[in-house]
Amino acid sequence: MNGVSILWESRELFLQGALDTLTLVLGCLVLSLPLSILGAVLMNESGPSLKRALRELFDFLRCVPFLLLAYVIYYGLPELGVRLPPWWAGLVSLTLYNAAYLVEIFRAAFNGIDRDNIEAAQAFGFSRLQTYRRVILPQAVITAAPLIGNQTITAMRDSAFLMIITVQELTFTANFVSANHFSPFAPFAMAVGLYWLMSVSIEWVVGRMGIIRRSRYG
Amino acid sequence: MADPIPAISVKRLCKEFDGHEVLRDIDLDIPAGTTTCILGPSGSGKSTFLRCLNWLEIPSSGAVFLDGRRVGGETNAAGKVTVNRRELAETRAKIGMVFQHFALWRHLTVLQNVTEAPIQVLKRPRQDVETQAMAILEQVGLADKAHVYPHALSGGQKQRVAISRALAMKPKVILFDEPTSALDPEMVGEVLAVMRSLAKGGMTQVIVTHEMAFARDVSDTVVFMDGGQIREVAPAKEFFAAPKTERARRFLS
Repeated sequence: MNGVSILWESRELFLQGALDTLTLVLGCLVLSLPLSILGAVLMNESGPSLKRALRELFDFLRCVPFLLLAYVIYYGLPELGVRLPPWWAGLVSLTLYNAAYLVEIFRAAFNGIDRDNIEAAQAFGFSRLQTYRRVILPQAVITAAPLIGNQTITAMRDSAFLMIITVQELTFTANFVSANHFSPFAPFAMAVGLYWLMSVSIEWVVGRMGIIRRSRYG
Repeated sequence: MADPIPAISVKRLCKEFDGHEVLRDIDLDIPAGTTTCILGPSGSGKSTFLRCLNWLEIPSSGAVFLDGRRVGGETNAAGKVTVNRRELAETRAKIGMVFQHFALWRHLTVLQNVTEAPIQVLKRPRQDVETQAMAILEQVGLADKAHVYPHALSGGQKQRVAISRALAMKPKVILFDEPTSALDPEMVGEVLAVMRSLAKGGMTQVIVTHEMAFARDVSDTVVFMDGGQIREVAPAKEFFAAPKTERARRFLS
């Protein structure tokens, strides 16, 4: 059986695999964005000891190879009595790992906001919470969008590792199809193509946000 | 008849930065409905003093009163300051501020800049606030810019938006921190014109400025500062005609 007919026969599997990867990445974004914003705010607002503890935690997370983090959460945690199904273990590892990077991105974006924009909010009687919600965050999200986009693409690439802990995503699918047909090239090339397509779509969304930013900020 | 309570009253205000004394023992009453210009050489503490009035700089000691109510928190004998954040925010909402570099919120349109604080801080209904904001923008000649973002405006336009933003809060006082210093010369006039009409309308204004002609013609009172202290407080006409202190004479010449 040639490559094209293998792919055609497995089209539904690939579609499902790509959707599963997208779901993972979206789930990771939905969870890690608020988590990392909270982390960045805490690092800005907390006292020296909590700030130090958070810094150590995020630095540590960024130092661990992603695959090892996924191993620890999937294979290691059950020893401590926490047993997660593969998909959830994958999502948790992806979220933690991604959030550790996003915290840094948000912190940099917070620090880049014009001091006088924050001062004006204070002078007009905004509470600290209102200042974050109405001035700091909206500006930070717009300026950090390209970096958040890149980080999302990185998270999507990292998600391929999750096949090792048997999460049924796109790489898992490609592996499964290639094993079933004893033909690695076409299925893996297909997976590469689909990853590329999804990356380009994320880039496109980021690009749109860039256009909005330039039209407003000049 | 007792004197009415001043809009702003400052008692023995001191401010230090890292042991360096920037403001020393400042006492000042600013009557409601007047325009006061604070003049003085660079580094005399004018801007720091203005920023102490709404506690953007926290005084090292002394107190500021707005309509007889204490601004900010208590400063004890050891110079330790306790701030009640909620009360401070409530007081600040009654004090408008216009900054040298405009400080417009860059992610919001002109109209949103003007309506943001009344909606978020004063919790007034959006519809009312927008109607009022449009009227203010009309008044400063910027109604046609309501839906553009600040970056598309000239310096003079930005500063008029900044004044509109302050006015929308219906403040008891507006503080101006060198409002024309960052402007091209040909744009200074349009901003001063707005401030002049506010003075006529009885708005209480405290203005740090280097615009001598404006101070002479528009303000009721001139406060002359040097070396972190007030050297002279006088009606504007008197101050410019015959300054009492030698330092002020040198400053004006």
